[in-house]
Amino acid sequence: MDIHEYQAKEILSRFGVDVPKGALAYSPEQAQYRARELGGNRWIVKAQIHAGGRGKAGGVQVCDSESEIYAAADDMFGRKLVTHQTGPEGKGVYRVYVESAVNIAREIYLGFVLDRSSQRVMIVASSEGGMEIEEISAERPDSIVRATVEPAVGLQEFQAREIAFKLGMKAGMVQQMVRTLQGCYRAFTELDATMVEINPLVVTGNDRIVALDGKMTFDDNALFRHPQVSELRDKSQEDPRESRAADRGLSYVGLDGNIGCIVNGAGLAMATMDTIKLAGGEPANFLDIGGGATPDRVAKAFNLVTSDKNVQAILVNIFAGINRCDWVAEGVVQALRTNPVDVPVIVRLSGTNVEEGQKIIAQSGLPLIRATTLMEAAERAVGAWKNDLDQNTHVRAV
Amino acid sequence: MSILLDRDSKVIVQGITGKMARFHTKDMLNYGTNVVGGVVPGKGGETVEGVPVFNTVKEAVAATGANASLVFVPPPFAADSIMEAADAGIKYCVCITDGIPAQDMIRVKRYMYRYPKENRMVLTGPNCAGTISPGKALLGIMPGHIYLQGNIGIIGRSGTLGYEAAAQLKELGLGVSTSVGIGGDPINGSSFMDILKWFEEDPETEVIAMIGEIGGPQEAEAAEYIKHHVTKPVVAYVAGLTAPKGRTMGHAGAIISAFGESASEKVEILSNAGVVVAENPAVIGETIARVVKAKAA
Repeated sequence: MDIHEYQAKEILSRFGVDVPKGALAYSPEQAQYRARELGGNRWIVKAQIHAGGRGKAGGVQVCDSESEIYAAADDMFGRKLVTHQTGPEGKGVYRVYVESAVNIAREIYLGFVLDRSSQRVMIVASSEGGMEIEEISAERPDSIVRATVEPAVGLQEFQAREIAFKLGMKAGMVQQMVRTLQGCYRAFTELDATMVEINPLVVTGNDRIVALDGKMTFDDNALFRHPQVSELRDKSQEDPRESRAADRGLSYVGLDGNIGCIVNGAGLAMATMDTIKLAGGEPANFLDIGGGATPDRVAKAFNLVTSDKNVQAILVNIFAGINRCDWVAEGVVQALRTNPVDVPVIVRLSGTNVEEGQKIIAQSGLPLIRATTLMEAAERAVGAWKNDLDQNTHVRAV
Repeated sequence: MSILLDRDSKVIVQGITGKMARFHTKDMLNYGTNVVGGVVPGKGGETVEGVPVFNTVKEAVAATGANASLVFVPPPFAADSIMEAADAGIKYCVCITDGIPAQDMIRVKRYMYRYPKENRMVLTGPNCAGTISPGKALLGIMPGHIYLQGNIGIIGRSGTLGYEAAAQLKELGLGVSTSVGIGGDPINGSSFMDILKWFEEDPETEVIAMIGEIGGPQEAEAAEYIKHHVTKPVVAYVAGLTAPKGRTMGHAGAIISAFGESASEKVEILSNAGVVVAENPAVIGETIARVVKAKAA
């Protein structure tokens, strides 16, 4: 789960990380008012969305007067910001954060990630702050400092000092840097984060170390023990179909294609999408309905997939292992009887009792297209979709 | 022979009184697995499917001589159960549970290093379908009847995609020595590389099949290992060619977040290591059959 910048800063500051003074606003008037509360004569207005790259999209503006703050906020509110991380549909701006400007002497990149090779938390830092980490690793790989943390004892001071010195910090600032690194690490582990990123972490003209930006992602599997983190969820930043799927215990990712997929198991779901592509089509979604594939889940899956208006054919691929195919087939038929769909549906069942399952599909009287192998299913789905496009009529049962 | 699991394995089921665990305990018993006990704190003295339940893993091991365990415990308590098994002297543990916090798994992995290598428990999973040595024993939730006994060793991250591959092999009359699910989580007990080592040493295994997916460094690490240490032919398939970057595809670990983690990059890395890569999931069986034939010739 992602959270907003201002929320990440609030959390990090509780763990001893220094952040600029700032205040949240829900309207341009409020932004203006909150800037007055903050005082000073220069502010940054920042659109709060769950994506990076806001600066280039006009989501971060420097303002020197209250009228500029009003104008900047007014420009951001209600807009969909499109950045390299949002996808073409962008993310809506419903909150802005007003921050006192900071006098920047140098910028540092600081990230904490779950490193899957060492199976530990890894700290990644670079003296080239402000750039994306991907750019830094491409252009200045030598500037990157890495350290992994021994989970039994946590981040030691010497490790934090090593990082500080490698980043070229003055001796007098090392202790501040140690406090910042240890604060981030504690926030990471105590709140079950999977990522903490401060880019840039800046050194100010008067030698303060301040987090100018802040990003945190949390482990969905650990939210059960952090109700205060769950509260920070902002559904306005999520794809509505994906949040609806998640609320129903289904795993769904919306894509750009036309062929909807209903599959049990994540690996098989990805493999099904790949086969569709190979057969000349484009998948409209990833959808894992879970190993069990109960009739109820199949019905929910049909509702979800058909809510995507781009879907012009649906491929159901279920491997019935412990369950039997006849039982899964009953589920598909039931789901379609109660919620008829107006696009061709291709059903491929495999595993236990496959013949009985096929028979149920064939005798259902529903316009279902059967397939035996995965490749055949994908080809028929693509064929049905193209046919549908050509004739605008639906293929009847094979 | 087979790896990790055979006829002599004495199995306990942690969390045996749950609905899923009961169901699969029965299924494992029917398959011929030697299930000797179950563990649920506070339910010691009960029986499930004729199998005695104990309060702790240590008690279960003392009473039954168990050396393998299947963990069916809900996510908040699963890490604790794995560590309990490791401490009680269990040699091989499969964890089925999906949804364990990543940092709990970091702790589990760290904890297991307390034991000298020769006494250290092998863990596969979590978030996997389990392990089967066809014709001998089943430690997991997979449908046993889709596997024939034979000489192909399978290692896979995904459950149902692994079933798909096994079913394709059965269709072609090809059998499996052992099939090991390593699971879909970012921090897991054993990697492709760990299991490759055992298959390389197993006289019964002639060809090794790896079923990978997007996300994480384990396929690339396996490729490096294969180049230098594996003499048996290896076939691979990597799911997720159409998966977008930065999105989690069902499995917590199936997310492209770094260079080398996409399906096409993994295919390239594996091919460069001499691995025969199946181009699509529909031809996994055929590709393996071709390699088996070439080896025999």
